Amino acid sequence: MKKVIALVSLSAAIAVSSNASAVTVTLACGAVGQELQMCKEGAARWSKKTGNEVKIFESPNLTNDRLGLYQQQLAAKSSDIDVYQLDVVWPGLLAQHFVDLKGKVPAAEVNAHFKGILDANTVNGKLVALPWFTDAGLLYYRTDLLQKYGYKSAPKTWAELATMAKKIQTGEQKTNKSFTGYVWQGKNYEGLTCDALEWVVSFGGGTIVDSTGKVTINNPQAAKALDTAASWIKSISPAGVTTYDEEAARGIFQAGNAAFMRNWPYAWALGQGDDSKVKGKIGVAPLPSGGSRNAATLGGWQLGVSMYSKNQAAAIELVRYLAGPEEQKIRAIEGAYNPTIQSLYKDKDILAKNPFFGSLYSVFTSAVARPSGPTKSKYNQVSQAFSTAVSDVLNGKSKGQAAVAKLSTDLARIKGRGW
Amino acid sequence: MTVNPTAPARPVRTRGIEAARARQAIWLLLPTLIAIALVAGYPLYRTIYFSLFEANLTTPDQRTFVGLGNFWFTTEDGVALGFLQDPKWWGAVKNTLLFTVVSVFLETVFGMIIALVVNSTFKGRGLLRTAMLVPWAIPTVVSAQMWSYMYNDSFGLIGRGLLGGQALLANTDSAIWALIAVDVWKTTSFMALLILAGLQSLPSDMYEAADMDGASKWTQFWRLTLPLLRPALLVALVFRSLDALRVFDIMSVMLGNVNAAATSMTGYARQALIDNSLLGFGSAVSVAIFLIIMVIVVLYVTAFRVKFD
Repeated sequence: MKKVIALVSLSAAIAVSSNASAVTVTLACGAVGQELQMCKEGAARWSKKTGNEVKIFESPNLTNDRLGLYQQQLAAKSSDIDVYQLDVVWPGLLAQHFVDLKGKVPAAEVNAHFKGILDANTVNGKLVALPWFTDAGLLYYRTDLLQKYGYKSAPKTWAELATMAKKIQTGEQKTNKSFTGYVWQGKNYEGLTCDALEWVVSFGGGTIVDSTGKVTINNPQAAKALDTAASWIKSISPAGVTTYDEEAARGIFQAGNAAFMRNWPYAWALGQGDDSKVKGKIGVAPLPSGGSRNAATLGGWQLGVSMYSKNQAAAIELVRYLAGPEEQKIRAIEGAYNPTIQSLYKDKDILAKNPFFGSLYSVFTSAVARPSGPTKSKYNQVSQAFSTAVSDVLNGKSKGQAAVAKLSTDLARIKGRGW
Repeated sequence: MTVNPTAPARPVRTRGIEAARARQAIWLLLPTLIAIALVAGYPLYRTIYFSLFEANLTTPDQRTFVGLGNFWFTTEDGVALGFLQDPKWWGAVKNTLLFTVVSVFLETVFGMIIALVVNSTFKGRGLLRTAMLVPWAIPTVVSAQMWSYMYNDSFGLIGRGLLGGQALLANTDSAIWALIAVDVWKTTSFMALLILAGLQSLPSDMYEAADMDGASKWTQFWRLTLPLLRPALLVALVFRSLDALRVFDIMSVMLGNVNAAATSMTGYARQALIDNSLLGFGSAVSVAIFLIIMVIVVLYVTAFRVKFD
């Protein structure tokens, strides 16, 4: 009898403990095509390893829409989502809702990532999220067309790009009416902020708001940068470029209808796909300089654990796995997602699949951060004011100088008593 | 003397029945009133409450009372913080009013023409009446996306085909006319349907009499149809105007959130509340939109003596 009781209690104990270890963690990641697919596969690999289940929460595609949804979930202290995928400009905005990963993840594991990206994820000494992949603006070009029109290398300056794009466009339009020189992200949204920051920095016009929180945008170099971009419209870029986002630009480039494109690294793997008309004809280079330097805006996504998660321990494990070297390598090879772990840039398998990773290493490491750090919770307003001012210049509503002067006043209004 | 006792008794009894009916009506209405209080009254109260505070969407518990500061406030340094001091808000108001006036006017005129055509007898009238409602039946988000493809400058039917590569939606000044076109396309059929219902209640013998008296069709329209149609027309106008004032989806889909905030009052409120997580400021904007719409309804109802019965 005693034996039976012991056996029953033992099996009960086993049942309880296995229940406690196998939990379901909900992970919020991007909702379209390849990104969602890779997110699901990564989660499945972790599931298989640990026996825990992962539920994927499909988020809206546009980053601003995603933020709105996350904010509502977090404000309600909802435990529905355990792991959030965060844009690099969000930590300042959402820090208080996330678990401090410092101390919960071994220091050596944390420090394997780029320092600059770790800094962007640290708010008041708290490590809000672990870097998952990094991003920086790149110039894509058609190698076959550059050769056809007698150019040996990608343009080094914006002026060179304009000349080359014009020549190729004029030539190609004889046979293809839809052909255009240069496509980029001109729609009034966060993407335009990224593109325009690159122009301004490359002309030596500063970073809108400097690291001390001072508004610096009202300067002649910034004005010149915006006027230069405006001059591209209808000459080397279609009028509709001011309604394009990343995917619209990629659609045109990948259909073989553009000579140059500004986009993020993800466009590489898709452009080499079997359905791509420009497969094998794509070159990648740093974005041109405006006289000061080559500038690329820092993008990228991180993984953070919600404070309101009921399975924090398992959620942290999932984040450690997904942001770890093994998973980052798979994502780099299959999707051209840039690793945030430095050592992976020397990995032969990764370089074989993405030859530009090695040569553009400095672009990724010296990418320019948007002023989300100094402007904290008001970053979105700053970004909207900036992209609206840029949009006005692109649409011919105002000139660069007037636009940056007005923007400076708008930013003072947004700053109010302080960031 | 024999009549007197019964005479006052009757009104008393009817009053008793009326009072009982009124009591009964209140009890029957009570669940509805409670439901309205919960789903409309409480959110409205919270919105008005939050409009007096400075609060963040993600941390609504940490709020500071600022009175009417969200509406109008100038700091010591002369920086204007209230939304009524924001030129972008006034731009949104101007664009919304322009959108409302032009689109409702066009919808009424076109709706009237369509209703008059469909009201006359001809072969295939039933089919036409059904076909007419197709634009109205498509969800706005879908039709807005469809139109933004048509406006695209590199492959769109309108942007490329008709205008030869112009990007109408790029500029908020030209975009507002493109948006009006979409709204007119979508809602004219609804307007036509409302007017058609009004037309069908008009007696046909009246027109026969007018024919006998030798009144022309034109005179019949201006002297008979239009005056008799007035009540139905005004109710339709009020509904459409309110809808147009709170328009949101077309702008959001076709222009993106940042430009939507410059072209519609609701877009401006959404941007403040969601994108910028300014709970107090956004609530103040919502309160202002509520007041603007309420004032316009009151003006409509009193100026045209609209009867909702």
